[in-house]
Amino acid sequence: MSQNGRLLRAVVLGAVGLGLIAPIVIGLWQTGRAAFGILPALGQNMFSLEPWGELQTMPGFGTSLRLTLVTGLGSTVLSLVLATGFCAAVHARMNPSAGARMLTPFLAIPHAAMAVGLAFVLAPSGWIARMVAPLAGWDRPPDFSTINDGWGLALMLGLMVKEVPFLLLVILSVLSQIPVAGHMAAGRALGYGRGIVWIKIIMPQVWPLIRLPVWVVLAYALSVVDMAIILGPSNPPTLAVAVTRWFTDPDPTMILPASAGAILQAVVVGLGVVLLMVIETAGKRLGRWWIRRGGRGLSAEPGLWVASAAVMALMAAGLLAMVSLVVWSLAWRWSFPQILPESWSLKPWGAAQDGWMRALMNTLLLAGATVGLSLALAIAWLEGEDRASRTRAPWAEALIYLPLLIPQIGFLYGLNVGFLQIGLSGGIWAVVWAQALFVFPYVMIALSDPWRALDPRMIRAAAALGAGPGRRLWTVKLPVLLRPILTATAIGVAVSVAQYLPTLFMGAGRVATLTTEAVTLSSGSDRRVTGVYATLQAGLPFAAYLAAFIIPAMVHRNRRALSGVSTT
Amino acid sequence: MKLPFLFALTLLATPALADWQLTLDAARGQTVYWNAWGGDARTNAFIAWVGDQTEAKFGVSVEQAKLSDTAEAVTRVISEKTAGQDEGGSVDLIWINGPNFLAMKEQGLLHGPFVADLPNAKYLDLGPTSPASVDFTVPVEGMESPWRLARFVFNYDSARVDAPPRNMADFVDWAAVNPGRMTHPDPSNFMGATFLKQALIELTPDAGVLQQPVTDAAFDAATAPLWDWYDALRPNLWRGGETYPTNESVQQQLLNDGEVDIAMTFDPASAAAAIADGLLPESVRVFVPESGSIGNISFVAIPYNAANAEGAKVVANFLLDPATQAHMQNIEVLGSFSVLDPARLNDDAKAKFAALPSAPALPTLAELGPTLLEPHASWMTRLTEEWARRYVK
Repeated sequence: MSQNGRLLRAVVLGAVGLGLIAPIVIGLWQTGRAAFGILPALGQNMFSLEPWGELQTMPGFGTSLRLTLVTGLGSTVLSLVLATGFCAAVHARMNPSAGARMLTPFLAIPHAAMAVGLAFVLAPSGWIARMVAPLAGWDRPPDFSTINDGWGLALMLGLMVKEVPFLLLVILSVLSQIPVAGHMAAGRALGYGRGIVWIKIIMPQVWPLIRLPVWVVLAYALSVVDMAIILGPSNPPTLAVAVTRWFTDPDPTMILPASAGAILQAVVVGLGVVLLMVIETAGKRLGRWWIRRGGRGLSAEPGLWVASAAVMALMAAGLLAMVSLVVWSLAWRWSFPQILPESWSLKPWGAAQDGWMRALMNTLLLAGATVGLSLALAIAWLEGEDRASRTRAPWAEALIYLPLLIPQIGFLYGLNVGFLQIGLSGGIWAVVWAQALFVFPYVMIALSDPWRALDPRMIRAAAALGAGPGRRLWTVKLPVLLRPILTATAIGVAVSVAQYLPTLFMGAGRVATLTTEAVTLSSGSDRRVTGVYATLQAGLPFAAYLAAFIIPAMVHRNRRALSGVSTT
Repeated sequence: MKLPFLFALTLLATPALADWQLTLDAARGQTVYWNAWGGDARTNAFIAWVGDQTEAKFGVSVEQAKLSDTAEAVTRVISEKTAGQDEGGSVDLIWINGPNFLAMKEQGLLHGPFVADLPNAKYLDLGPTSPASVDFTVPVEGMESPWRLARFVFNYDSARVDAPPRNMADFVDWAAVNPGRMTHPDPSNFMGATFLKQALIELTPDAGVLQQPVTDAAFDAATAPLWDWYDALRPNLWRGGETYPTNESVQQQLLNDGEVDIAMTFDPASAAAAIADGLLPESVRVFVPESGSIGNISFVAIPYNAANAEGAKVVANFLLDPATQAHMQNIEVLGSFSVLDPARLNDDAKAKFAALPSAPALPTLAELGPTLLEPHASWMTRLTEEWARRYVK
């Protein structure tokens, strides 16, 4: 058995190492070389620190860095606080599967599409302003900076609209592994307020299970490009956007400081994660002292309701944004201060047919291939750990997170150079590979914790009944884990659909997906066509999430504990 | 004396036109990956139409690799060169201009010269000072082929603006009376930089120096009035000049949303086209500064490692066909003005242009006034760098 486990682990590690890690290391190596002055195509062959000096003198560099830190850290911490508060306030009153269903549209819609919708809702000429206009007597939009504001508030709001639902889902899914109702009843019986039970008893159990998703959220928020272009400050923008612009500057020598910026971006993300770890350690000590001190903390309740109200407001804004995309895709003329379009048309849907059908097909093919590959690899990895009876080494954990912690634009440039050197670029398979770099970690993250939280008594019972490792996997683990597997699939589909830079770079611009088309079109002036693509962009992952709810409910309709109905 | 000699040299240096048949034969069956900005649905549709036509006529199909920024294609070719992929490259044809062209030309990333080989080049005025021969004052030297004409114009909403500014200096007064009602795209974008260049040409004491590569001394002297003008204008820009739309399309959307009253574009027909498309109010009209505005020509170029260079030439040649140019100039198709020299067209072709439909928001060539030459490409780089140094904090 352990022989078998060792072999499986070796195969999986080999696949991960060669397939996922090597390309990133190659990409990073190429980017790193450029960051230190080596770019043979431009005749630069000498090691130098000049790109770093150049980076520092870029206009607005300091502001960009500050904006990145404020929006990235700020949106992550606020999202975590709000999501926790919301769960504490409503968990007992909410059917978790109904709650998860409610979150689905927010998880499904790609960041870029959400940003386009939010920009329209929040802009001075947007939906909110149009609703206020008759009261305020505006015949032209007010000259406010409600988006692209210099503090990055709109960007933080946009990130939170996407991140709060993600964190809620993550928290809800791990809560099914914790006897919340029992802890709550015991705590309440001892006279503790709901909020305090949550913070003192439940969160310490939840945190280790959601730590990694929070890191990912932080890394994403620190290096987001598409959403920051649409909602963020532009003069100067956040560091990730600035680096992206430098990479695509007409002057090719800008690749040097851009590469230095990309490496710096990675360092910033790394430091952000370290900061979270420091806070966690300090929190542990402080928390223990606080728990022993023993306050009942009834006063935490109003805070929870504020958090809940804030979450509801965020969701309302997100919902408006999504509806606005659909309305735009059906509009013809829609000018300020009309609340609804003056004239409607299906033309954007009809006229784009040749375009969006092809993009939809490519997107489906890519999602199917990347998610299939990633899921197979993730299950093989987890099963390998089980069979070897070994938990994951920290270095293996780090490997999984590598693609999510390094800003895409930086290592994708180098990765493309690497792919070209082995003669693999410009095709759909190169894109599948590049997308899998990002899909696999998310699938792995989504699947790891439910897999490890699986009740070991079931496996032992199966073993006692004489089932070998293969049979235990196919007839016990996978069926029991159907819901998390399908959720991981849906997350994988959403990640694959949303990929912009990998598709663009590795597809040499030839593999058109809903996202590449939507981002390109959003650089144009036709919100209606953008609306069509954004609607489709959100629709595809939405369908995947829907399947992730419906299929287990049907398959497990006679398995009460697995059907998703609350176990309380 | 000099010109016939140059002409003879051209004949010697490039294959004779009889070789065109060889190009056509080699091109048959090729798929040309045309890397072109994809933000405009009408341009995308026109490129798709070009592909249908060349497929039917020459067996050459066209796939548009839609870019959100032309520099993406340049980066791609550089990546391929870095990787040693000197043939079979992924980019066959690029819609390119100015700094991107200069960068590729300087790095030796272009195929050519090829323009003189194209049979339809006979309809072009390729004289040394003609707009088709220089791209931002950089001599084209046959490395890129023209396909559409660009003129810097302003679009404004006549329902809100009675009298648009008559020249660039007027914008200061206009903005003071109408604070927050105008802006320009971010100068890191081509269109934002063009706005600054248009002002530079009008405000600088001696516009002649702009045709030479920039020097430190010339830059300071030439741009001093520009920065005074801009410092006076900026506080009254949209959102106090703290933020700018990323490109002219986003700015057109601001005009449509009523957030601003004036937008700018390099396509004089874009207002009429957008009105017909429901993307701008009916009341939008076009104006140009009295003393004229910057004009240039959009080109296509072939990277040095293009996999389908022959097909790319066939497409470039098809773009110069008078029938193609007339179709392109049709306001219902694209509305871009032709790059051909009217003096070289036959009566049949002239009739095709004369029969094109008109629209209220479509300016006539006469209304567009004189065309100002683009400053040397190095000015644009310096100008945008200096702007960023001054106004990006």
